[in-house]
Amino acid sequence: MYRREFIKGAAISPLCFGPEAWAATSGEGGRRLIVVLLRGAVDGLSVVIPHADKAYYQERQSIAIAPPGQSDGAMPLDGKFGLHPALASLMPLWIERKLAFIHAAGSPDSTRSHFDAQLYLENGTPGQGMTRDGWMNRLLLTLPGRRGATDAISIGPTVPRILAGKAPVATLSLGPGGARPLPIDRPEIGDAFDRLYSGNDELARSYREGRVARAQLIDALGKERQAADNGSPPATGFPGQASRLASLIRHQPGIRLAAIGLGGWDTHINQGNHKGQLADRLRPLGDGLAALARGGEAWRDTVVVVLSEFGRTFRENGNRGTDHGHGNVIWMLGGAVNGGRVFGDWPGLAPAQLYQQRDLAVTTDFRSALLVVLERHMGLDDRQLEAVLPGAPPATQDLSRLIAG
Amino acid sequence: MTGLLLVFPAVFVIAAAPLSSPVLSGSAAVHVLDRLAFGPTLEELRRIKTIGEERYISEQLDPDQIPEPIELRWRVAQLDTLKLNPVQLRQLYGPVRNLRGFKPNPELEKAQRERVRLILRDASEARVLRAVLSARQLQEVLVDFWFNHFNIFSGKGLDDVWIGSYEQQAIRPFVLGRFRDLLFATTKHPAMLVYLDNALSTAPGSRGARGRQKGLNENFAREVMELHTLGADGGYTQEDVVTLARVLTGWGINPPDARALPEHAAVFDGARHDYSPKVFLGHSLESRGKAEGEEALDILARSPATARHISFKLTQYFVADEPPPALVERLATRFLETDGNIREVLRTLFNSGEFWNSKGDKYKTPYEFVISAVRAAGVAVGNVRPLLGAMDQLGMPLFGCLTPDGYKNTQEAWLGPDATTRRISFAAGLSRGDIKLAGTAQPIDAARLEAIFGSTFSDNTWAAVKDAAKELRAALILGSPDFMRR
Repeated sequence: MYRREFIKGAAISPLCFGPEAWAATSGEGGRRLIVVLLRGAVDGLSVVIPHADKAYYQERQSIAIAPPGQSDGAMPLDGKFGLHPALASLMPLWIERKLAFIHAAGSPDSTRSHFDAQLYLENGTPGQGMTRDGWMNRLLLTLPGRRGATDAISIGPTVPRILAGKAPVATLSLGPGGARPLPIDRPEIGDAFDRLYSGNDELARSYREGRVARAQLIDALGKERQAADNGSPPATGFPGQASRLASLIRHQPGIRLAAIGLGGWDTHINQGNHKGQLADRLRPLGDGLAALARGGEAWRDTVVVVLSEFGRTFRENGNRGTDHGHGNVIWMLGGAVNGGRVFGDWPGLAPAQLYQQRDLAVTTDFRSALLVVLERHMGLDDRQLEAVLPGAPPATQDLSRLIAG
Repeated sequence: MTGLLLVFPAVFVIAAAPLSSPVLSGSAAVHVLDRLAFGPTLEELRRIKTIGEERYISEQLDPDQIPEPIELRWRVAQLDTLKLNPVQLRQLYGPVRNLRGFKPNPELEKAQRERVRLILRDASEARVLRAVLSARQLQEVLVDFWFNHFNIFSGKGLDDVWIGSYEQQAIRPFVLGRFRDLLFATTKHPAMLVYLDNALSTAPGSRGARGRQKGLNENFAREVMELHTLGADGGYTQEDVVTLARVLTGWGINPPDARALPEHAAVFDGARHDYSPKVFLGHSLESRGKAEGEEALDILARSPATARHISFKLTQYFVADEPPPALVERLATRFLETDGNIREVLRTLFNSGEFWNSKGDKYKTPYEFVISAVRAAGVAVGNVRPLLGAMDQLGMPLFGCLTPDGYKNTQEAWLGPDATTRRISFAAGLSRGDIKLAGTAQPIDAARLEAIFGSTFSDNTWAAVKDAAKELRAALILGSPDFMRR
């Protein structure tokens, strides 16, 4: 069923490739959405710290972050909440009001399975595992104009569920050697394979998409390399990928959607506080997001959303870590974001206020926050919103202020 | 055996109509080698055409009777770290800083960090050599399957020391045995106890609760039910997760600074165990310390939900991304009838019409693609590093899956534009001899590949191959859409 639809989709929207199509997509920028998935459930209570809530320090003896003003304390946000000190590189964005958080956000589904919860986050239909395509792919289908091979890109070797579906998606590793020549780039080899993959099946389609995307990547990163100061080693990890993504977007403003997944957040033991395991993961994440914000012109039209499948237990467990919980915090940054505020209804951390007496409750459905971005930033109408996130509860009036209208 | 005889004629009617056609019997042989092995080699294809698919399958289900090639035995025997048990491994390769009365200097610590890399190197070399060269191909395919099912990651704690031992001692001996034995062996291996944090899980307020070991950790208890046994929809609750975590409190590893050298790396520490009465999945458990944990694992191993979950995963791996429900049901029944005998479940699977009707329906994972290319090419593998590099590039580094669900085995997970161009580039590099697996360049002979796949690849592929320059033909065959599937 799924496969058949896939092929049918290919027949009605023939892929455009070659230099002509590229000319058609490049230069014609547009509103852009980048999603960063923190796989493994980041501890949101350590990202945006409720330092005004006494219970926070009572229940988190070894992993709490001190309040702002104390040594190694949180960065002050709004008097109630503070930011993890390892994310200091994001503070300029907060001050410019280009960074916002939605606290106590999450899924209406209560699963504490990483894999089910990630599936729902990505297919956009909590509780319904049968939805096979990702909401970002459905979003791609609603965007007007001719579709180019790099309108949507997955950063990494494969296409994650959030981007999977009928519309073509490019995959780019964006590692330090991402633009290094491969045998397929040699004309005599490329030509022979073009003939072999000339059909209209899934493999042939993915082959052609890959060829076009590679040509664009090599061109964009090649230009960037010449412009940049040579000699310094390329950045690795997420900061490197993020700055290469920023370069790519500068040269390919036709890129409308991008997604990347980052792992290593499942801190069941030795989570650490201002330093340690979690801090060591947050620092490169913050640095990479700050690198995206230096993307020049394109940044004005970009919104970056950082999401994780669920939060972690409010109380520290017996091993200086946290187990699988429920509510979390959503991060949003970008030129179009009306930031400098922690959005959402704070449910509190008293036992009766916790979800099942153990986790931060969810007061904002993650889909409501996404609806604001899709409607006010990406310009979707009601019918399109329903196609991308069917049945999503509308955002409150206050939450709608997230995106500058 | 009788089952095989009964089913086979029907199978041929469905899968390969005219029984006499040599082309079609070739396609059945390739199908068997694509699924029970990491693809055909010319030699194995010739052999199976002589002895028949039926006999090949029954041989593969009894791997101890199959002699291994001398090259493989000799080369695996060189890998010293594979022969060590977890205690020896920790002594020889584990961090030295924690030993009492002994403060190692920084040079010693640096030397240790370099030494420990040998473990992953040995484990990777053994895995790839066996996958390419072993005559017990089904066993090697199942090592890949079960390792992913019970995945661990060498980057977690002491698992860099134990990753090879985990495959060697907790997975390999049981891949065709009873599921219960596999579950017990993986759960009790120190590598799993560390990976999913059970090693630290402690009854709050117990005698042994102190420092980092003050309370419960739910990680293993949740994943053993969700991933290893019942499945996410297997009917357990959050309360069952907490109960199982309590049942398994005290299942951990010997402290590294124990004065006497311990006999076992994994131990049950009664001082950290929760002895209160418990009800787990509706069963009242007697408070019996370690035996209580074994009872809980037995409940999981024998649950019909586990039978279904394992049958679903085996069918997805061996038959189709969307497993035919009727086949899953039949396998689950067989699983329960035989107390989880994996060999018998697989025998039922290989006898099924669904299996014989699914030729070419599976898209290879990067691991399957790389290994099958080397096997078909028939080149010598002196050095496995370029193959490990290729798996890395394709997003599937060997022993590199961070999360406990292991690598997926579906087309949806692996087919993408970058994957296709990179696979083709690997095929081209290998075919031209640019990827150096031995001292000298070994360009691949296209005629060998034609002899293997002549009857199974599409006409379109052969037309493109015939039109191409001679030196590109092998690359086109290994980089063809037909070779991406199995």
